[in-house]
Amino acid sequence: MKVLKKIYLIIIFVFLYAPVLTLIVFSFNDSKSRGHWGGFTMKWYGQLFKDRQVMSSLYYTIIIALLSAIVATVTGTAAAVGIHSMKKVLKSFVMNLTYLPVVSPDIVTGISLMILFVFIRLDLGFTTLLLAHITFNIPYVVLSVLPKLKQLNKHMYEAALDLGAKPLYAFFRVILPEIMPGVVTGFLLAFTLSLDDFIISFFTTGSGVSTLSITIYSMARLGISPKINALSTLMFIVVLVLLLIVNKRSATNGRNEAPLINI
Amino acid sequence: MKKTWVSYPYILWMIIFTIVPLLLVLYYSFTKTVDGTPVLTMDNFIRVLEPTYLKVLWRSVVLALVSTVVCFIVGYPVAMILAGKDMSNKSILVLLLVVPMWMNFLLRTYAWMTLLDRKGVINSVLGALGLPQVHLLYTDFAVILGMVYNFLPFMVLPIYSVLRKIDRSLIEAAEDLGSDRITVFRKVIFPLSIPGVVSGVTMVFMPAVTTFIISKLLGGSQYMLIGNLIEDQFMRVYDWNFGSAVSIIMMLLILLSMGIMTKYDKEGAGGGLF
Repeated sequence: MKVLKKIYLIIIFVFLYAPVLTLIVFSFNDSKSRGHWGGFTMKWYGQLFKDRQVMSSLYYTIIIALLSAIVATVTGTAAAVGIHSMKKVLKSFVMNLTYLPVVSPDIVTGISLMILFVFIRLDLGFTTLLLAHITFNIPYVVLSVLPKLKQLNKHMYEAALDLGAKPLYAFFRVILPEIMPGVVTGFLLAFTLSLDDFIISFFTTGSGVSTLSITIYSMARLGISPKINALSTLMFIVVLVLLLIVNKRSATNGRNEAPLINI
Repeated sequence: MKKTWVSYPYILWMIIFTIVPLLLVLYYSFTKTVDGTPVLTMDNFIRVLEPTYLKVLWRSVVLALVSTVVCFIVGYPVAMILAGKDMSNKSILVLLLVVPMWMNFLLRTYAWMTLLDRKGVINSVLGALGLPQVHLLYTDFAVILGMVYNFLPFMVLPIYSVLRKIDRSLIEAAEDLGSDRITVFRKVIFPLSIPGVVSGVTMVFMPAVTTFIISKLLGGSQYMLIGNLIEDQFMRVYDWNFGSAVSIIMMLLILLSMGIMTKYDKEGAGGGLF
């Protein structure tokens, strides 16, 4: 039984990792055909960095991810503080508003934002892309900061006020340091989601502005090229490192293992 | 703290960028432009009922259902094995399960193109073994495979988190009362894991029924699912009214399936993913 379980798990993990590993291995393949190994090469990586289209989309991807994550973190943290002190009815309304973009399908978020931007005569491009990314990022910041606020001892803020601190000063010196882990997690999550997004970007960007995902999509539709393999490998490593950091953060924030069951 | 106002920018933002756009979709779906002026109409919804489009809808639902069932059959045992007590270093195994999920969705799908292609890895291996070539890419099989591959972790994780929380003494009690392993599973473990199954099914079915990437890359450019239909209307045909109507239908489909699923999850104990 134990051996069977092990074999089953191994099959599943092979299934999950085989495509990714093939992609990585073939990014070093000297032969352009996928089936044959023509020796080790780094030339696809070299070509990648010379590709204008790829470099410009890399630039936009990073700028959009950074800007949207910063705006989302500031707005989202403020929102979380506000939501935390809300009365029940208003609070449930705002929480539903927060969950709406999280649960509605990306394609609907994408086309609805596209309609909005065209409706208000905003040219599709950098601005609309940024607005769209901020929109889908903020709820995640709110949702990672709120639990930290719930853990907070509310008397600390009052104590700071009693000792003569101005509200703003008390916020930055007392509240913010306490909720900082949630804020940083929210920022990293927003940054990663923005890097990773394809569907919403696809519908809200215009000519000339393209993110890495969009470039990959247009390249992949034309067929397979080793250059995309190289790009995929690099993106995989970057996202992996980012997520390991996020994961490590939430793990050190304390979560003990529940009792395990025997099946 | 009475600082409710600091969240007003956020509320305003969310109303402008989520509520208003959805209302616009609704508006477009019920209107049609005649001689440059929008007219109220049901035509867009009536058009969805044409056989061509009904077929697309039907195929999307069937493919999503098949993928969900496959994910369940493959994923439940994985969750059970991971939750079992004779599994050491399980947190690493769970992390290993999540890592491919965090790889860019497009890249994961693209990776299968490399494997399934006519001159791809699988056919090369078959050729080397002297076996006949198989036609895999641009088939229903490839699309279902892509869906299962992309969404399997969404099935495993909620079930795993529910299974892990089951009170061991319930299982022991059943065993003490003489149940064999199969009866324990059928009468104790499985019923208790229903909330996890419900969220797993929802989390697989929804992205599967809305996808347009998997179908385009693995099914070929002619392959039509409801997501592709919407994409086509907005990016190529520019019939936004009809595209909006299809989107509304898709949302209704999702709400309906969510409604059905939550009916099975009476306690609302849902094994959320996070």
